Amino acid sequence: MEQTYYNPKDLKKFGDIADHNKELADKFFDWYGSVFKEGALTAREKSLIALAVSHAVQCPYCIDAYTVDSLEKGADEEQMMEAIHVASAIKGGAVLVHGVQMMNKAKAISM
Amino acid sequence: MKAAKKSLQARGGQLSNTFTQLKVLNGKALVDTKFESFAAKLDSIGLLPLQPTGVEIFQINVGKMCNQVCKHCHVDAGPDRKEIMTKATMQLCLQALKKTNISTVDLTGGAPEMNPNFRWFVEELSAMGKHIIDRCNLTIINANKKYNDLPAFFKQHQVEVVSSLPYYSASRTDSQRGDGVFESSIKALQQLNEVGYGMDGSGLLLNLVYNPSGAFLPADQATLQQQFKQQLKRKYNIEFNQLYAITNLPVSRFLDYLIESGNYEAYMEKLVNAFNPTAAAGVMCRNTISVSWDGYLYDCDFNQMLDLKVQQKAPQHLADFNLEQLNNRSIVLNQHCYGCTAGAGSSCGGSTA
Repeated sequence: MEQTYYNPKDLKKFGDIADHNKELADKFFDWYGSVFKEGALTAREKSLIALAVSHAVQCPYCIDAYTVDSLEKGADEEQMMEAIHVASAIKGGAVLVHGVQMMNKAKAISM
Repeated sequence: MKAAKKSLQARGGQLSNTFTQLKVLNGKALVDTKFESFAAKLDSIGLLPLQPTGVEIFQINVGKMCNQVCKHCHVDAGPDRKEIMTKATMQLCLQALKKTNISTVDLTGGAPEMNPNFRWFVEELSAMGKHIIDRCNLTIINANKKYNDLPAFFKQHQVEVVSSLPYYSASRTDSQRGDGVFESSIKALQQLNEVGYGMDGSGLLLNLVYNPSGAFLPADQATLQQQFKQQLKRKYNIEFNQLYAITNLPVSRFLDYLIESGNYEAYMEKLVNAFNPTAAAGVMCRNTISVSWDGYLYDCDFNQMLDLKVQQKAPQHLADFNLEQLNNRSIVLNQHCYGCTAGAGSSCGGSTA
């Protein structure tokens, strides 16, 4: 299938969202830039968190961007895969922990 | 991409021809349309013509022979390369150096130690009181018994050892430099530490070079250095002095990799977009002269591999060496130069901005 909803070239057009609301876009990009600056966490740690979240929210643009960014911040595939496992564990755990709710409800309506 | 056992030249690769490389770098589909020419870029910040600040480093490529065939090698070095500097050309280097007060001599290759006159040359340079840098690939130390005493030899002549280690894990190191290189490099680093290299107070400098293992830019040098120091100490009890983060330039085998992997255009775009005027002002060609195995003079080792000799009005061969004329030359530029001006800048001594 040649036509898809996601086009890698669109990532470079992210800034175009300012076309329809510059004030909010400026605020977002300014805040975004500040978030990723070296702080209590290193830029590499932030990039690995971003990579993990990118997988959790299943954003192909973000996965591409933060794979490159993680490598350019000095991470390797081993660290990147561990970060993705952390995201997966939380996603999987989030599903499973609701099993308690199922058990509570089942208990409530069962003899 | 599988690791190659032979140089591009031995494989008959089109890009072993410097003319073909320059044709790719200056391809009209991209240059002046998508990417501004490097010379025009320098002109826009008032740096054209780019001129030396004075030669401080005399970098000598003593030959293209190497025991490794790294995927990113801009020299296209390998076991099949026979270009080796002769003793007569080394003598021309010594004569040229005697006419100057250049204090640092930077030996590179290939594996410089494979040149049969390497030790004689180092002894001569050492007797002249020069600060000698050897760009040692580490694995050469254990490649053959005759090289096992290199750490002691380096120590004897207070040679600064600069060695590539793309990462503190085997996978990223071996993917760039060949199977088993990481393990052998770790062993060599431990041997260098044993004689005092990289140890506090020894005065024996052991610096590492980080090159990205792919089509991306290096991380911040200080951060990488901290990471490497922590991990190499924790895992292998290895100490070193500084880490130099170096950008891969689109020359020879790295250019071949970029094209083969479909990353060429995106990588060039990355370099061009990351142009940093501060890095441009601090490029290494302003304080370095590069000598080839056959005695020709170049602005840097990358220009040497593209066969872009120093400007014609300056002496182009050691036989006509004249420092004053070299200091008054204009530096020869091309599109690969964007590699030295991207981000934090890149030189044989790491970041420049």
